[in-house]
Amino acid sequence: MSLLAKGILKGMAVTAKNFFQSYYRKERLPTVQYPEEKSTITPFTRNFPFLLYDGDDAVDGMRCTACTLCERACPPQCIYIIKDKDEKGKPILRPRIFDIDTSVCMSCQLCVEVCPYEAIRMDSAFELSNENRFEGLLINRGDLLKSNDYYHALNPVEARETDDRIAAKNALAEAKKKARQKKTRLAAAKAKRPPSRLKKSPPAREKPPQPEKSE
Amino acid sequence: MSPVQTMPPRGYHLSKDELGADILEVAMGPHHPSTHGVFRMDLKLDGETVVDLKPVFGYLHRNHEKIAEDISYPMSMPFTDRLDYLCGMTNNWAYALSAEKLIEIEVPERAEYLRVIVGELTRLVNHCLLIGFFINDLGALGTPLLYALREREKILDLFEVLSGARMMVNYIRFGGVRCDLPEGWLGECQRIVDAFPAFLDEYETLLTENEIIIARAQNVGVVTREEAIDFSLTGPMLRASGVNYDIRKVDRYGIYDRFDFKIPIGGHGDCYDRFMVRMLEMRESVKILKQAIRDLPDGNIMGKAPKIFRPAPGEAYGRIEAPKGELGFYLISDGTPIPYRFKVRPPSFVNLTALRHMCLGHKVADAVIILGSIDIVLGEVDR
Amino acid sequence: MNNFFDLKLVELGRWIEAFFADFPSLKLVVHLLLCTLPLALSFMGAFAFTTWLERKGLARIQNRPGPNRVGIFGLLQPIADGIKMLIKEDIVPERSDKLFHFLAPIMLMIPALIGVGFLPLGDGLHALPLDSAIIFFFAISSLNTIAVFMAGWSSRNKYSLLGGMRAVAQMISYEIPLVLSAVAVIMIAGSLNAQEVVASQQISSWVGSGNILQEFFGRILGWNVFKPWGFAGFIFFFVAALAEANRSPFDLPEADSEIIAGHLTEYSGFKYAIFFMGEYISAFAIAGIGVTLFLGGWNGPVFSGLPWFVLKLFSLFAVMIWIRGTLPRLRVDQLMGYAWKFLFPLAILNIFLAGFYHFIERQWGTAIAMLAGWILGFGALQLAATALSRLNQSPIMRSKRVYQLVE
Ligand code: SF4
Ligand code: SF4
Ligand code: SF4
Repeated sequence: MSLLAKGILKGMAVTAKNFFQSYYRKERLPTVQYPEEKSTITPFTRNFPFLLYDGDDAVDGMRCTACTLCERACPPQCIYIIKDKDEKGKPILRPRIFDIDTSVCMSCQLCVEVCPYEAIRMDSAFELSNENRFEGLLINRGDLLKSNDYYHALNPVEARETDDRIAAKNALAEAKKKARQKKTRLAAAKAKRPPSRLKKSPPAREKPPQPEKSE
Repeated sequence: MSPVQTMPPRGYHLSKDELGADILEVAMGPHHPSTHGVFRMDLKLDGETVVDLKPVFGYLHRNHEKIAEDISYPMSMPFTDRLDYLCGMTNNWAYALSAEKLIEIEVPERAEYLRVIVGELTRLVNHCLLIGFFINDLGALGTPLLYALREREKILDLFEVLSGARMMVNYIRFGGVRCDLPEGWLGECQRIVDAFPAFLDEYETLLTENEIIIARAQNVGVVTREEAIDFSLTGPMLRASGVNYDIRKVDRYGIYDRFDFKIPIGGHGDCYDRFMVRMLEMRESVKILKQAIRDLPDGNIMGKAPKIFRPAPGEAYGRIEAPKGELGFYLISDGTPIPYRFKVRPPSFVNLTALRHMCLGHKVADAVIILGSIDIVLGEVDR
Repeated sequence: MNNFFDLKLVELGRWIEAFFADFPSLKLVVHLLLCTLPLALSFMGAFAFTTWLERKGLARIQNRPGPNRVGIFGLLQPIADGIKMLIKEDIVPERSDKLFHFLAPIMLMIPALIGVGFLPLGDGLHALPLDSAIIFFFAISSLNTIAVFMAGWSSRNKYSLLGGMRAVAQMISYEIPLVLSAVAVIMIAGSLNAQEVVASQQISSWVGSGNILQEFFGRILGWNVFKPWGFAGFIFFFVAALAEANRSPFDLPEADSEIIAGHLTEYSGFKYAIFFMGEYISAFAIAGIGVTLFLGGWNGPVFSGLPWFVLKLFSLFAVMIWIRGTLPRLRVDQLMGYAWKFLFPLAILNIFLAGFYHFIERQWGTAIAMLAGWILGFGALQLAATALSRLNQSPIMRSKRVYQLVE
C-alpha cells in the first residue's frame, strides 16, 4: 500500500472508536467535573495533619503531650510547638502553641508515624485554599484540633484500630501501674514492718504510695 | 510606527562559521512547551539543522543531597518521592535498598512482593506517560498522551488507596513497607493489570505502524552500542542500543529472580527503538505483576528495623532498575543518625549527557523528540 | 423545488434591491453590500462554530468532555473567547517592526475573505461570478504566504522567523500539487467558471429524466470524486490543502512542540484572534474549493443548493479535525520531499489519466471508462506511487522491525 497509508488509517480508526465510545462508555470519559462532582476520596488519602482530642472539650481532651517528637521528625520543619504552663509556671503536658504551616507541609505523614500518643492524624480534606496567604496558611492549635468522632467518620477502620490500641495501652499502663503500686507497697511494707506481720495486713489504703521516698 | 531599525535586536547573534553560512542561536527553554520542565537547550542552527547544542540545567535544583546530609535517614524518604516525581515508589525503593544494605535489615517476603507490585505498576505509569509525551513532541495534539493519562489515573488511584497519595507516595520503609494492603486492593489491582494489555493493544494500533511516526523517529538520534556504553547510559535507552543490561536481571535485587520475564532489546538505538522497547517492557511488567499478585504470600510487612536508625560507620550503594534506568543511592555513615554523605545517581541525568551527541546534524524538530525519547524528569536531573 | 433555498435567497436579495430601484448608484452599493456582507458575516459565524466543533471533537477523540461551561454544550464558548481576546492586552514586542506586525493579520484576513467570494455556494449564489474564478482563487489564496512571513519577520523573534520561513517554503511547495490536481477537473469540465464546474458534476441525462431514482443518483454519482482520476485527485488535493491551510499533520509553521507557535508567537489579544480567524477562513475557502471541484459543489439529491454545500464543507472540516486529533506532524525536509518527490509527479500523472479517461468515455461509454479507469488508471497510480516511495526510500517501504526478547 502506498497511496493510502495503512498505519495512519488504523490510527484514525482507533481515534474514531474513542470518539464514539466516549458518548456511551463511562470508562472512555473519566473526567470528573470538579465543583459539581468531586472524585471519591478514599479514607486513606492524606493531605494535611490534624490533632485529635477525646471527649467534648478540645483543650482538656487533647491527646498531644507536646513531646515535640513530630516537630523534630518533620522533614521540612513546618511544625512549631510551645509547651503549656499553668499559672504558677509549672509545665503542663500539652502544647500552648501548635502551628503547622500548610504551605510548607508536604503531606508526608512522618509526624503521624512518630507520634507515640496517637495524637496526630492525616486529614483528607483538600480544599484548603485561603484568601490570606500569610496567617491564613498557618494553621494553629484551635483549627487543628478535631474530635475523635471526626476521625471515625474519616477513616472508620483505622480509627477503631487506634482506639483499640489506646485502650490496650491504657490497660497495660493501668496494669503496670497497679503492679508497680503493689510492688512499692510491698517494698514499703517490708521496710516498715517485720515480714511476719505482712500476711495479716491488707494493702494500706490510707497512705498513697510514694516510691521516691520509700527508696 | 517605528522606522526601519538598523541594529539587530537583542538576542540575535549572527555569526559566521568557516563556510560563511549564517548561524542562528536559539535558547530553547527554560520556558518551552517541550523541554519537559525547566530545561534549556542552547542551539546553534544552520537553517534548521542543529550544528551545536548545549544542555543547560539546574533551574530546578532543590538541594536534595545536601538537605539529606542534615537530617536523619528516615526523614529523607519523603524527599526521594520528589526526585523523579512520576515514579515515587521506585525512588523510595532504591533509597530503602541502600539503607538496608548499610544496616543489614532483613525484609520480609510479603514486603518484597508488595515492593515488586508497586514498582512494576510505577513502571507502567512511567512508560505510558513517557510514550504519550514523546508522541506529543512529535506533534500529535495530545491524543496519545490523554489515553496514557486515562490509564495512568487508574494506577494512581490504586496508589492513593494504598499509600494515601497519588504521586508523593512515601510508601516504602527501611525493612519493609509502611502499611499492608487495604481490603479489596488486590482484586482491584488484578482487574487493572488484566485490562492493561487491551490498552497496550489499542496504543500499538494507534502508534507503532503510523507512517509519520516511523518517518520521524526511525534513524533519528542514533546511539550505537559502544557509544551507549561509553556514555554510561542505562535503562531503556541502553537496551534500545542493543545492550542486554537490566539490573533486575543483573543484580536480582529483591525477589526478581523468582519471576519469569524477558528483556526487550532494540537493534538500532534510535528514537523509534527507544519507544518500542518501552512499549514491550510494559508487557513484561504486566507479566511480572500477574505472577506477583498470584504468589503474594501472607506475613509481616516490616522487618526488624531498629527504632533509631544509627548505622555503623561505613558506606553502601544500593541500586535498582528504575523505569528510567539505574537509580542508585550512595550513603556514607559516620556512625551518627545523620548520613555523612548522601549521593543520588539519577538515571535521567546521566542519560541526558548523550543529548548533544545524538542531536548534532539533525533538525530542530528532531532535537525535541530526541530529548523526549531520553525520558528526563527535571526533578531528578537537577535534584 | 430543487433549488428552493438558493432561489428564495436570491429573491430576497432582489426584493431588497427593489427598494432602491429609483437610485441606480445607491442600488449598486446595496447590491455590493448584499453580495459581500452576508458572506463575510456567515463565514465569521461559521468560524466561531468551527472553533467550538473542533474543540468538542478533539476533546471527544481524547476522551474529554470539551468545553461545557458557557451555554448549553458550551456553545457560547466562542463568544466568551472572543470577549476574552478583545479585552486582552495587545502586546507588541518592543523591537518588532510595528507597522508590519500590525499589518500582517489584516493581510491574512483580506485574501481569505476574497477567497470565499469565489465559492459557488449555491445555484446562483455567487458573490464574485468571474469566468476565471478558479484561477483567481488560487492566485488570491497564495497571498496569505506573504502575511505569514510578514508576521514571522516583523515579530523579531527567532521562533517566529523559523515559523515564517517554514510557512513560505511549505505553502509555495504545496501550491503546485494543489493546482495540478485542480487542473484535471478544469480540463474535464472545460471551464474555469466555478458554477460550470459544479454543473458538470451531474449526470445530465439522468437529472432531467423525471425518474425519481435517476433524479436522486444523478446528482450524486456525477461527482468527480466518484471517478477514478477524481478520487486520486481529491486525495492529492486534500493533502495539499491541509498543507496550504497549515493544518495537522502539516502544521509546521506553528509547530507548538518545536517552535512555540511559530509566526504567532508574538501575537496576542485581538490581533491573534484576527490571525486565527484568517487562518480558519482560508481553510474554509480551500475546503470550499475542494467541495466545488471534487465533491459536486452544491449538487445533491432532494434539495440541491446551499444546504448541501454547507454540509459538505463541514464534513470536510470534520475530517480535518479528526486527522488533527490523530496524527503527529512531519519534519520540515520530509514535508518538502513529500510535496516535490511524491505529490507533484503523481498529480501530473493524474492529469494524463483524466485525459485518458475522458477519451475512453467519449469512445466507448461511461461503463468501460469507469472499469478501465479504476483498474488500469488506479493501477498505474499505485505503481507510480510505489516506485516513487521506493525511490525516495520512504518509510512506508521499510520492513517492520523485530525486537528480541532476551533473558
Ligand atoms: S505531614 Fe510531613 S511535612 Fe506535614 S507536618 Fe507532618 S511531618 Fe511535617
Ligand atoms: S502530636 Fe504527638 S508527637 Fe507531636 S508533640 Fe504531640 S504527642 Fe508529641
Ligand atoms: S512541587 Fe510539589 S512536591 Fe515539589 S516541592 Fe513543591 S509542593 Fe513539594
